[in-house]
Amino acid sequence: MSADAIVEVAGVGKTYEGRVQALADVSLGFPSGKLSTLLGPSGCGKTTLLKIIGGLIPATTGEVWVKRRKVEGPGPERAFVFQDFALLPWATVLRNVAFGLELRGVPTAEREEIARQQIVEVGLAGFESTYPHQLSGGMRQRVGLARALAVDADIILMDEPFSSVDEQTRRKFQEELLDLLRRKQKTVIFVTHSIEEAAYLSDRIVLLSPRPGTVSKIIQPNIARGQRSPDEIRRDKNYLDAVDEIWQILRRYVA
Amino acid sequence: MTLFGRRIPVGLSLAFWFIVWEVVGRARLSTIVPPVSRVVLAGITILPSEKFMRAAGISLRSFAIGMALALVLGIPVGVLMARVEGIGRVLGTWVNIFVSAPISALVPILMGVIGIGETTVVVTVFLFAVFVIILDTQVGVRNANRSLVEMARSFGARRLQIHTKVLMLSALPEILAGVRLAAIRGVKGVVIGQRLVAIIGVGELFELYSKHFLMEEFWSLVILVFLFAYLMSEAIASLERRVEYYASTR
Repeated sequence: MSADAIVEVAGVGKTYEGRVQALADVSLGFPSGKLSTLLGPSGCGKTTLLKIIGGLIPATTGEVWVKRRKVEGPGPERAFVFQDFALLPWATVLRNVAFGLELRGVPTAEREEIARQQIVEVGLAGFESTYPHQLSGGMRQRVGLARALAVDADIILMDEPFSSVDEQTRRKFQEELLDLLRRKQKTVIFVTHSIEEAAYLSDRIVLLSPRPGTVSKIIQPNIARGQRSPDEIRRDKNYLDAVDEIWQILRRYVA
Repeated sequence: MTLFGRRIPVGLSLAFWFIVWEVVGRARLSTIVPPVSRVVLAGITILPSEKFMRAAGISLRSFAIGMALALVLGIPVGVLMARVEGIGRVLGTWVNIFVSAPISALVPILMGVIGIGETTVVVTVFLFAVFVIILDTQVGVRNANRSLVEMARSFGARRLQIHTKVLMLSALPEILAGVRLAAIRGVKGVVIGQRLVAIIGVGELFELYSKHFLMEEFWSLVILVFLFAYLMSEAIASLERRVEYYASTR
């Protein structure tokens, strides 16, 4: 496995309740500082794999190594962004963003200072004392992202973060996410079922086959992003080729 | 309230029944129904009297201690029952039996065990209140969003933190609903307990008035106790409304 893999998955399998086999013998390395996507049809175990990497559920077989340490549970070097946002409905945006730090016992003034910065970073300045139910889906997920950034983890695990967000908001959000994460040099593992999203965002796309999930293929779109606009990227030949290549593989899995 | 498609203020129905009561009372149809105006007058005389004040003081104290015990014990037991499957199974049946059991039937037995006095009343209030608190807390914690628990774990929350910072707050609407019902039942507990013990507090007054057939005083006391229970339940309900948006977002 490559030397700069910050997350290594070795022979991971997962069987639920002794019956449903979600994952079988997955071995993968996730390079540091890159955005990798786990892509596959529903039921391929991509979220399961992400949660195993996050230490939220144990693997039935195999091991996960993060920064050369074996994963036994959640850790401070990993932060999760949830599909359903998982915001505390009784807490303001500020307290939600600071919640990871609150759990670690960081003093109030310090954690709120950090949270305020992150709220600005994700474009929610002015909403600090708003409650989640007053925000749109896209804004709620910005809170979820800010919370993950606030704990300053090297690795951000995102579980279909845009699936509950409308299409326009999603595009804008994707662009800003790319910009933000590249500036911060984070390693991102991103679960999605959208081919376009995977091709647009990723340095590396891991295609999973369904039931039990195994690595079907790894694609590196190699899109030159540089200073180019999102629309230029979406017309890029490599982007379009990647979308096509993914579809040619995935169409076999769709019944 | 609407009647024949027209909105009718809630106060109107109350006024209507008071008029009916007044008419029935003045017609002297029954000795146990004096006119409502005389009941109100009796209430105004009773309220500032030293006898009533002392009785109310004793009753409030029993109520407060019994309720406090029910809260302190009921909420943790409810949380445990929701979180530890074995405890939930073992205690679940008993809590469900006791929440619907006629606890007033137990009071004479309590008197035999604990003696005739304030302690018996406190225990009665506790028994009237605690089971509904346990049950509602359990339901609230059980219905708490799993995703929030997972989120807290992913950010390194310890077991205690998951309970205090996520589960308890998640369950707050249900816990408050339980506390409101418990408070209403607790008021019943005080009155029933004291009546059966029959020598202290508001129960003593009830006993006194009914024995001497002082129906005006008797009814005014009923109304005062009802008002107390109603105001308390409304106060808790207003707290509930403040946390209502929880439910819509989970």
